[in-house]
Amino acid sequence: MGIKILNPQTRSTVITYAIVVAAFIAVTVLDGLGFISNSLSGQLVPICAYVCLAVSLNLVVGVSGELSLGHAGFMSVGAFTGVVVAGMLARAGVESELALFALSAAVGAVAAGVIGFLVGIPVMRLRGDYLAIVTLAFGEIIKNLLNNFYVGVDDAGLHFSMTDSSSLGMTQGTILINGPKGAVGIDKISTFVLGIVLVLITVAVVLNLMHSRDGRAIMAVRDNRIAAESVGINVTKYRLMAFTVASALAGAAGVLYAMNYSTITPSQFDFNQSILILVYVVLGGMGNIWGSIVSAAFLTVLPELLRPINDYRMLLYAVVLILVMVVPHLKVYRRVADALRSRLAHRGPAAATEGGEADE
Amino acid sequence: MEILANLINGMSLGSVYAIIALGYTMVYGIAKMLNFAHGDVIMVGAYICFCSVSYLGLPVIAGVLLSIVGCTVLGIVVERLAYKPLRDAPSLNVLITAIGVSYFLQNAALLIMGSDPKSFSSIVSLPALNLFDGRLTISATAVLTILACAVIMVALVMFTTKTKMGKAMRACSEDRDAAQLMGINVNSTISMVFAIGSGLAAIAGVLMCAAYPTLMPTTGSMPGIKAFTAAVLGGIGSIPGAALGGVLLGIIEIFARAYIGTQLADAVVFAVLIVMLLIRPAGLLGKPVNEKV
Repeated sequence: MGIKILNPQTRSTVITYAIVVAAFIAVTVLDGLGFISNSLSGQLVPICAYVCLAVSLNLVVGVSGELSLGHAGFMSVGAFTGVVVAGMLARAGVESELALFALSAAVGAVAAGVIGFLVGIPVMRLRGDYLAIVTLAFGEIIKNLLNNFYVGVDDAGLHFSMTDSSSLGMTQGTILINGPKGAVGIDKISTFVLGIVLVLITVAVVLNLMHSRDGRAIMAVRDNRIAAESVGINVTKYRLMAFTVASALAGAAGVLYAMNYSTITPSQFDFNQSILILVYVVLGGMGNIWGSIVSAAFLTVLPELLRPINDYRMLLYAVVLILVMVVPHLKVYRRVADALRSRLAHRGPAAATEGGEADE
Repeated sequence: MEILANLINGMSLGSVYAIIALGYTMVYGIAKMLNFAHGDVIMVGAYICFCSVSYLGLPVIAGVLLSIVGCTVLGIVVERLAYKPLRDAPSLNVLITAIGVSYFLQNAALLIMGSDPKSFSSIVSLPALNLFDGRLTISATAVLTILACAVIMVALVMFTTKTKMGKAMRACSEDRDAAQLMGINVNSTISMVFAIGSGLAAIAGVLMCAAYPTLMPTTGSMPGIKAFTAAVLGGIGSIPGAALGGVLLGIIEIFARAYIGTQLADAVVFAVLIVMLLIRPAGLLGKPVNEKV
């Protein structure tokens, strides 16, 4: 087995990229053969967006060890910035969809990164549950501000307002963001290929960061903040670095998500959206990048697969969520799992305790 | 006069937040978990009261009692089934489970009651108070809410300081292992906390729907988040802190709505929380925790 020669870190990197590429090939082939239903093909771009969001949130929650409950806020900053940029560029006569998307995603990522950095400065002074509640608060504030945000573009340039669309003072041109009604008339330029490219970029950024000197410092801060500090690691700097990079990636994912629909509203990016992304990360395994990819893809498709039992699907989703969390901790399950493991392993007690869960 | 009216409305809304926040803070204090399903227990309580009054034709007081009993049982059952197996699990797993419970309750309510908002006809049939020759009108609901909060607050403080069970609760939140060694049944104490918290949530649900009479499966989630914010503002784990945080948050919200704008009220509430936490990271009445190496 060639893969066994690689060290565990490289192996997991190879697996991660392999999953994305394999998924892309599988979907393309199945689509060519006509096996992908309409409802599923409509889900392909959101799946890519959620994979990016889950991977980026994993950088905060899994790698950096901070519970963030406001990831959707950064997603929405990216989404709305992207819409504005695309609107401006389209007006300026840019026709290439690729250029439109790339520029929107880049600017969206920068905007979300800047907001993430600014939010991170106060947030990183706090720890644990307090940090969680403040990220939640920032997510809600971003949503609230966007609900009162009006942007229009005409020949004179951009117009902003915080009161209503008529105060933009435009006689012609288009309104890009219309307060609680959100952005309407978006060019749907996101495609599955662009989505996969963004997933690969996100994964590459996160994996490279994790395996760099900075990444090791981030993980050292997570594992023991005081010890990390005492060997000279600048704790705030590295926590802020992870938070900012994750926010920027979420912004790019937000652009991908927004450009898949003709309308998006600020209220879509609420607390529940943040929670949804967090669920992907926790179910996929904290700090495990390919776990996030698989669980985000699977859980986005799951409600779609459960459509035949439409009324009960969200109820079932809730039950599955609870069971996945609770069952591994039941005594019965542990006893059965231990028995199975020792029977399969035949390698004495050391093998059985090997997979034991680490304390938080 | 307008300021006074806003102040009273704010105190009334804040009292609801305070009652919910008490449940949050007690559960956090003892189980060290963010019980995100707490907001949905409010919704269940309001639905039970609504159904027993509108469909079964029971008197209001019976409806309220029924909803308290129903939510108390719900709280105990949820704790036993979903949270108890995770006593020693990482806190994120417990959080996700709580989110699962929250989804479950919301979607169960959606299936049973439908998504259309139910109009919660006012359960308080007392006349409003007119003061200063009618220039200041205080609704009976507001008075009742503030009174209920005060009574609950005093009763809870008495309970936790004077009774054996209450002392056991405090011991468990101080140090669970040590409490167990002293012969306290930790499991039943935690169940008790969930029972009290859920019972309070039922009262909060009824009071909230008496003031804001639209009832939907998602009714509980936003007040739940704000009450949690209130608990953190006051210092999570502290009972007087939760009450203080709740009332403050309610007043801030109503004033922000009146003078800054309805749309931005929530942003103001959360901004206050952030500023507060930066100045006093442990909340208003919370104990600062010293770090041990």
